[in-house]
Amino acid sequence: MPEFTSRRGLLFGAAAVSAGAVLTGCTSNESKDSEGDTSGDNKQAVADDKPGKRVTIGFAGPQADHGWLNAINDNAKSRAKKYKDVTLEATEGSNDTAAQIGQVETLINKKVDVLVILPADGKALTQVGLKAMRAGIPVVNLDRIFASAQAYRCWIGGDNYGMGLNAGHYIGEKLKDKKNAKVVELAGLDNLELTKQRTKGFDDALKNYSNIEKVARQAAEFTVESGQSKMSQLLQAQKNFDALWNHDDDQGVGALRAIKQAGRDDFMMVGGAGALSAFEEIKQDRGVLKATVLYPPTMAASAIDLARALGQGKGIGGMAEFEIPASLTLYSAVVDKDNVDQYMPTGFK
Amino acid sequence: MTQPASPARPVTEKSAPADGDPGPWRSLAARVDVRTLSLLGVLAALVVIGGVTEPEAFLDTDNLQLILTQASVIGVVTVGMTFVIISGGIDLSVGAIVALASVWATTVATQDYGFAGILFTAVVVGLGCGLVNGLLIAYGGMVPFIATLAMLASGRGLALEITDGKTQMVTVDGVLKLGERDSYVLGIPPLVLVFAAVTAVGWLLLNRTTFGRRSVAVGGNAEAARLAGIDVRRQRLYLYLLSGLCCGIAAFLLIILAGSGQNTNGNLYELDAIAAAIIGGTLLSGGRGTITGSVLGVLIFTTITNIFALNNLETAVQQIAKGAIIVAAVLVQRRSATT
Repeated sequence: MPEFTSRRGLLFGAAAVSAGAVLTGCTSNESKDSEGDTSGDNKQAVADDKPGKRVTIGFAGPQADHGWLNAINDNAKSRAKKYKDVTLEATEGSNDTAAQIGQVETLINKKVDVLVILPADGKALTQVGLKAMRAGIPVVNLDRIFASAQAYRCWIGGDNYGMGLNAGHYIGEKLKDKKNAKVVELAGLDNLELTKQRTKGFDDALKNYSNIEKVARQAAEFTVESGQSKMSQLLQAQKNFDALWNHDDDQGVGALRAIKQAGRDDFMMVGGAGALSAFEEIKQDRGVLKATVLYPPTMAASAIDLARALGQGKGIGGMAEFEIPASLTLYSAVVDKDNVDQYMPTGFK
Repeated sequence: MTQPASPARPVTEKSAPADGDPGPWRSLAARVDVRTLSLLGVLAALVVIGGVTEPEAFLDTDNLQLILTQASVIGVVTVGMTFVIISGGIDLSVGAIVALASVWATTVATQDYGFAGILFTAVVVGLGCGLVNGLLIAYGGMVPFIATLAMLASGRGLALEITDGKTQMVTVDGVLKLGERDSYVLGIPPLVLVFAAVTAVGWLLLNRTTFGRRSVAVGGNAEAARLAGIDVRRQRLYLYLLSGLCCGIAAFLLIILAGSGQNTNGNLYELDAIAAAIIGGTLLSGGRGTITGSVLGVLIFTTITNIFALNNLETAVQQIAKGAIIVAAVLVQRRSATT
């Protein structure tokens, strides 16, 4: 299990995230805050902003069948477009393991300089990652990790355990003065490893608060429809609780709908992932949704940066080492009313 | 599948339709009643289980409203599916049609036309998909399994193409309001009213019209139906149109319920609808089935899901138990039908 939590990784991750934040801001007004932040932290990372050696980056991701994956593709493409020295060879996304292996092999045959791969299934694509590395093409493994560290030069991804941890701590702090506080969890697809990790993080965080008890947990399927259905049942089962953590903002749309339909507003809700609709809801502050824990899709933009640095044989700014790190775990920041403006441009639809 | 030979049009077309039907139909009706009773028994047993394990949360009007609301979307789909299966066909594309209709009806362009635009689009997309299915099967000579499987694939693909994987939020107030408490009529959610209406119309159509008798006849023995003067092809076309229409209506209900359109909508509806119809006593090979049974099948499934959620069972346990209950329900039913 990838629990890379080096402090440098976190620092760089945070910087990269805010850099991505500015970049993806093309659809929205850039807030002054985030601009200030990024230029401060990231000056060296973008120091080689000026055109360098030409790099062809091959990008293979899964089919963008929901908001977050779609944002991954958008982030990668818009980041690549920003650099005059980068050519992006993006494949048509596929959820089929065999098809994705074929696509990566095609990219290897085309002799791209660097590969960025978000596997549909990390374990299943390990072999083709190894093949690329043996062919001398460095691989940046995005989010879903390969089974072997030999299959990638650098891994960058989100932190599911940390997501649960931060959600738990946020809720814990808000409820710490409340006696016998009750918490409910609306999880994502239960047959995914990441759902288990999120839940474990959440439970571990709640253990720090002896006054809080998790009274119910149901798993939806990351879809609006399942979110509505499972949430309405949870509301029926639990007539009385203080906080809800929902793993995913997409299914959160359905959950919020169920909450409205049941006419409930007696608890606070924390979301997950960082969808634009959730950010807007948090900003307006008129419903139960008070915060969301990020699983930033801007990691794709950072992956392009890393791939470019690899292709040009450079390190990244803000660090003493000459080489880019072997792994980077991004921080799952909690976005609430106080900092939502800064993250607004990174929100995905 | 029981696909008819497709030679020239029947010569005996002018003879009285559904001539040999009433006899076997009446004797079937007697048997079906026993099946329906056993389904009610299963449902009653579930209510007892729910009432004992979670008396407060389960036995309350809010929960009844909840179960019926959750049943309404898949229930409407199942009514259409029941007709198709009775006629010896199968419609694997229902989930995809619901997804496509719900995203097409919630694009920004459609929402500009307000309530009527959304309703119209959902229904027309449903009918359109049903029409394509019907033409391919009835006149193109394709096996229903393959034709609707193709529709499943391309329907889902088109839904993804339209949304780009994004969740399309509904902004039309009139539509959103229908899913909320203020619009309940005498405590009954509008979605449930639509479900009840579709069920009633489906029941009348199957039991009190020539259309219904023809559907049963086509499913029982297509060749005999053809010889009896039924235009089997046209009947098949109508049946897939009907299923498409039900999907369109279901898509509209889902839009109200979820307040949005998403390409993942209607996930695995085909299996849920088929399972509900089969539990309800519809023969997968065609020729027999009831609307009442199918609707009870849907209610049984929804109640099971509800009881599991109220008892806070894990997903894995839910799935195992659900499978066991399906088998048990069918066995109980079979035993009571044969004795």
